[in-house]
Amino acid sequence: MNSSVIVFPGSNCDRDIAVALEKMQFKNKMVWHKETKLPKSDLIVIPGGFSYGDYLRSGAIAGKSLIIDEVIKAAKSGCLILGICNGFQILTETGLLKGTLLRNRNLKFINKDVNIKVINNKTSFTSKYKLNQILKINIAHNEGNYFTDKDHLNKLKNENLIAFQYCDVNGNISDQSNPNGAVENIAGIYNSKKNILGMMPHPERMVDNLISNTDGINLFASIMN
Amino acid sequence: MKFAVTVTLKKDVLDPQGKVVQDTLANLGMKSLKNIRQGKFFEIEIEEKNQLKAEELINDMCKKLLVNLIIEDYKISKL
Repeated sequence: MNSSVIVFPGSNCDRDIAVALEKMQFKNKMVWHKETKLPKSDLIVIPGGFSYGDYLRSGAIAGKSLIIDEVIKAAKSGCLILGICNGFQILTETGLLKGTLLRNRNLKFINKDVNIKVINNKTSFTSKYKLNQILKINIAHNEGNYFTDKDHLNKLKNENLIAFQYCDVNGNISDQSNPNGAVENIAGIYNSKKNILGMMPHPERMVDNLISNTDGINLFASIMN
Repeated sequence: MKFAVTVTLKKDVLDPQGKVVQDTLANLGMKSLKNIRQGKFFEIEIEEKNQLKAEELINDMCKKLLVNLIIEDYKISKL
C-alpha cells in the first residue's frame, strides 16, 4: 500500500508517522507542501506539528497551501486521508472535515497519555479494533477543543461519524475524562463517506512497546487491511 | 485605501482568553466591568480607488482566510 506524508514548515511529527507507516509495511513518500502533484497514494497523512508556527489560526495557512488542492481532489475520489493533531486542524481549515478546534478550555498545552474509546469500528481506519475498545494514546496540543454547530453534531451522532471519544480507564465518557473541553468528549471524527479521519491523539506514537505501548498499531493495520 | 478588519469570536463560542483577562481586570478592582471578548485586528491597505470594489475584495479576504466563519464574526471599516 502506498502512503504519502505531507510536510509543511513547522511539521514535527512527520518523521514519527513515516517510521510508523514503514514499520507497518507501507511504501511511504514524504511530500513537501510546495509540490503540485501527489505520488500515487492509497493513504495521505497530514501530520502533527505547528505548521507555519500556528500563525493566524492553527492550520489556517497550511490549509491554503499548494499541495492541498491535490489532497482535496484525492479525498473526493475516495483516497484515505488521516489528519493527526495539527493535521486534524488543517483538515477542518480546508473544509474536508466540519467543525473547528478551539483553544483548550484550561488555556494550557496538554501533553499526556489519555484514554479514548473506539466508537465506530466499521471503518477503514478502525476495523481491527473492537467496538468500545479503550486505547491509551498520547495527546499533545494547545488547540484540541473540538467545536461544531448543533446540526453537525447531530449528524455526527446519527450517522456514526464520531471516531473516538475521551474516556477514563473504565470507559466512562464524562466531563472529568475530557482533557480539553471538546464537545461530547470528541477526540476524532470522520467525514460522511468515512474516508477521512481527523483525530487529536497521536496513534503514531503508540506503535512500539519500547517507548510507549502498541495501542496505535491497529489503526495502521486496519488501513493496510 | 486602508481598512480595518475586526475579528471576534461568535457570541455562543467560549472565549477562555477573554474570560481570564476579564477575571484579572476584576481582581484589579475594575468593579463596573461587565464582559470582555478578545479578538483580532487587521489593518489592510489595498490599491483600489473604488470603495465598493475595495470592500468586496476585503470581504473575500475575510471569507477565504482571515476569518473562520464557524466560530468568528468580522466587521470591516474604512480607515
